[in-house]
Amino acid sequence: MYAARLIDLTKFYYLGDNVVRALRGVSADFPQGDFVAIMGSSGSGKSTLLNLLGALDRPTSGQYILSGYDVGKLSDDDLSQIRNRLIGFIFQSYNLIPQYTVLENIQVPLHYRIDSRNIGSAEMNRCLDLASRVGLGDRLDHRPFQLSGGQQQRVAIARALVNDPEIILADEPTGNLDSQTEKEIMDLLTNLNREGRTIILVTHETSVAKRARHQIVMKDGLIHSEGMFTTEGEK
Amino acid sequence: MPFANTLRTVRLALKSLLLHKLRSGLTMLGIVFGVFSVIAMLAIGEGASAQAQKQVLSLGATNIIVLTVKPPADSQQSQNRGSSRSMQVPAYGLLRSDYDLLVSTLPTISGAVRMREILSEAQYLQRTINARLVGSTTEYAEMNHLQMLRGRFLSDKDEADMANVAVLGAETASTLFPLEDPIGQTVQVRTHRYTIIGVMRSRTASAAIGGSMSGQDFNKDIYIPLSTFRVRIGDIVFTRLSGTFMAEQVELSQITLKVREMADVVPTSEVVKESLRKSHGSKADFDVVVPLELLRQADQIRHIFNIVLGSIAAISLIVGGIGIMNIMLATVTERTREIGIRRALGARQRDIISQFLTETIVLAGSGGLIGILLGLCTPLAFEGLKGIVNNFVLDRSSGTSQMSKMFTEMDPKIAWWSLPVAFGISVGIGIIFGIYPARSAAMMDPIEALRHE
Repeated sequence: MYAARLIDLTKFYYLGDNVVRALRGVSADFPQGDFVAIMGSSGSGKSTLLNLLGALDRPTSGQYILSGYDVGKLSDDDLSQIRNRLIGFIFQSYNLIPQYTVLENIQVPLHYRIDSRNIGSAEMNRCLDLASRVGLGDRLDHRPFQLSGGQQQRVAIARALVNDPEIILADEPTGNLDSQTEKEIMDLLTNLNREGRTIILVTHETSVAKRARHQIVMKDGLIHSEGMFTTEGEK
Repeated sequence: MPFANTLRTVRLALKSLLLHKLRSGLTMLGIVFGVFSVIAMLAIGEGASAQAQKQVLSLGATNIIVLTVKPPADSQQSQNRGSSRSMQVPAYGLLRSDYDLLVSTLPTISGAVRMREILSEAQYLQRTINARLVGSTTEYAEMNHLQMLRGRFLSDKDEADMANVAVLGAETASTLFPLEDPIGQTVQVRTHRYTIIGVMRSRTASAAIGGSMSGQDFNKDIYIPLSTFRVRIGDIVFTRLSGTFMAEQVELSQITLKVREMADVVPTSEVVKESLRKSHGSKADFDVVVPLELLRQADQIRHIFNIVLGSIAAISLIVGGIGIMNIMLATVTERTREIGIRRALGARQRDIISQFLTETIVLAGSGGLIGILLGLCTPLAFEGLKGIVNNFVLDRSSGTSQMSKMFTEMDPKIAWWSLPVAFGISVGIGIIFGIYPARSAAMMDPIEALRHE
């Protein structure tokens, strides 16, 4: 059972007369419960792949099957719902909404569910659980600027989990953090993976990539190599 | 639960707006003053028209007033030509025969009263007043809605007896008899003395008629029987004007006709004009005033006034709306990142549109509410302004001038229908001027928006 499959995915950008071939045919399978790190230098097509995986963009050709949906053929509104229900985003710069409290930030994806937008006691309990899960149960009323980088990223992780997504997409989640906090965040992600969550991680740091089960290295819009580092946390 | 959703969107919008209190407040100002000026101007207009209506109605809605008008100077000269040496007294105006003619030929009238007036000095002991001496009959009081304060009005018997009696207007009485009881005393007008039999209640001036600027002020009147007027004063009146005497012969100053049915007022007035024109020939020495027509004219003027005010208000509201749109566009640019985050977390384009549209509507709507509150204070503020103007701007000598009188008698009245309308317009402005910024927010590419610093 695959959480996500990429079948000969291409993405071209047309800039005037020039065609930029960002992805030139990428195929990969992500089984459920996978924890994969995508690596590559800048310009390798890594970001383009991430945008496609996040249903923020449509491929030029090829298929991206996420939880049974062919994402490339969906309307803009449907893509929004895919992002809302099937994908949990974790960004390098946390991307919390500054005027909202911790609790409100965690709740944001709930507001954009198309079928049940109101937040009942079940949803509320879920938010509180997630907040304490990431260790912020006592900071629910704090605003992002009152939190450290690591804490902000924890809020983002809780927010990514609130709609119980099919995959978690983490884009350089520890890029702005010191090594101690990096370890804490990666421990959190590793634990989530152990619970069966599929995590796709984009990074250029080998230390972070090593924590994943396996790695994909991008180069010139193609998958250059796939490998298995021995994961330190694995027993 | 769409209602709960709307409520939440509104709450979120308020939250975003309160984040920048000063900016939101300044943005609202345009709408605040726009709505305020709409309500204030309508209140002033409404107050003025209510006053005009009251004045016109005090003339009597079913009355037709026929006035003696002094004909233009050149037609008088042509009458006098050829006998310039001899003293020729110009005769003009309504005749007693006109009254008889109108009363006997008009079936639609229920009453008629004639009167003759001159301006003259009245005297009691050393006290004097420039009064209006009115000779009329007993119906005059009722026809002009005059009420007695003390004593009685002229009676038919006074008329028949040519009695030497007089009824004083409120101001005449208080000026000539500040302390004494006027009833039973005598007042001297010209060379004659009249026994006072009654005093009228004070009454606000009625609308200006016959082209004069000032309204009819009944408070400076002295009423005597018409028959007494005729024998004591006569038809020919001499007035001294800058060293020369002027004389003129007038039989009646005014005939007031009361029409039985409201619908007959205008046709009857046409008949009156026609029949008087026949008997007076080319002499333009009378005028027919129909209060009902005045009322209609006042309504028309108010209509035009409202249109003009409405256009001014519309312009100021549009300017306010453009201000809001400007700020919202800046806000959208500033919050590009937030828009990207929301899109990534699953917001559809219409969710972004509704978010920013709601913010604009809340902004404009609150501006409207504040404007309404300010507008409600208009009558109060006007009172204060009147006080300041009366005390510091107008000096005592100009205190009776027309302009200041118009100003001090102005009484703004809030037009209650204008409150929901003003609020609706401000919300409408929010919608109209919010659509473009909200759309431009929703059209952003989520990837670009997320990358925005």
